[in-house]
Amino acid sequence: MGRETRGRRQGRVMADPATRLWEVFVRARNGLAHRHAGSVHAADAEMALQAARDVYTRRGEGLSIWVVPSAAIVASDPTDKESLFEPTGSKIYRHPTFYEVPDEVGNM
Amino acid sequence: MPTTSIALNETAAVRRLLSLADDALVLGHRTSEWTGHAPLLEEELALANIALDLIGQARLLYQAAGELTGHSEDELAYLRDPPAFRNALIMELPNGDFAFTIARLFLVSVASDQNWRRGFDDPTLSAVAEKAKKETTYHIRHAAEWLIRLGDGTEESHRRARNAIDALWPFTGEITEQRAAWLQVVTPVLHRATLRQPEDGWMQSGGRAGRHTEHLGHLLAEMQILPRTYPGAIW
Repeated sequence: MGRETRGRRQGRVMADPATRLWEVFVRARNGLAHRHAGSVHAADAEMALQAARDVYTRRGEGLSIWVVPSAAIVASDPTDKESLFEPTGSKIYRHPTFYEVPDEVGNM
Repeated sequence: MPTTSIALNETAAVRRLLSLADDALVLGHRTSEWTGHAPLLEEELALANIALDLIGQARLLYQAAGELTGHSEDELAYLRDPPAFRNALIMELPNGDFAFTIARLFLVSVASDQNWRRGFDDPTLSAVAEKAKKETTYHIRHAAEWLIRLGDGTEESHRRARNAIDALWPFTGEITEQRAAWLQVVTPVLHRATLRQPEDGWMQSGGRAGRHTEHLGHLLAEMQILPRTYPGAIW
């Protein structure tokens, strides 16, 4: 297969609206939360799940996978940064650093 | 490691191991040829994973055959000529297009999966089967889901999938001795893929006896040239 053929094919697949983008979340161990691992292209949910398995769990990283259509993600607007996140900067009392932890507690 | 071809005393047990090992190695090598050429990055990794599963199975089986023949797994893989290979012909056919690759993977994986699940007295084979059946379960899932989408996809993908199934069908006589059980899995997937199931007619055979297509020699030349040219070469 020549480079030209491959480029054309790849271009067609990438531009194909049928090959949607999915966000992948992987849970590594029982008791942990699913964490965002990355994204994959796939035509539908089953193929997205398989692609996620093949791309993100090759080294024993996962016990469970979630895939979510990227289009379903609602994201905050970067221009709202000031109003959303900066007000917390002055509220250091929200950090749990004002307690004396008794020695008997050991590691927390 | 020597570079001249080895001659084996092929007992029935050795031949059985070599059939399984050569099937896995040759299809694994074919599948690995997609690396760098797959239509999507995701599929590239999927095919590479499958190739590595198959080559891993082949290694365990060659190691088992090595205990009976006194040859290392590398010698068994790299120092036999085409007539000494016992793989079914379907494994060595060139990849063709993506539909052909997927259709073959599906037809073969169903047979392999059923073979690994039939139960073995031999503890070594039993251990290989325990590992392999989990891998073949996924190979079937991956290939079947693709085949359904190709067959029930666009006019073009349907045409390619249909051509692949038609071309592969005469090579399926060699991969299973339990054809009724094999069809029980294959038929419903073809149906979901809206692909016509070909009539069972003349079946190609000869791979198990070392009578191969012209394709195996080319495959082995590429696979074997490095260890035969640079004996003992390591990474």
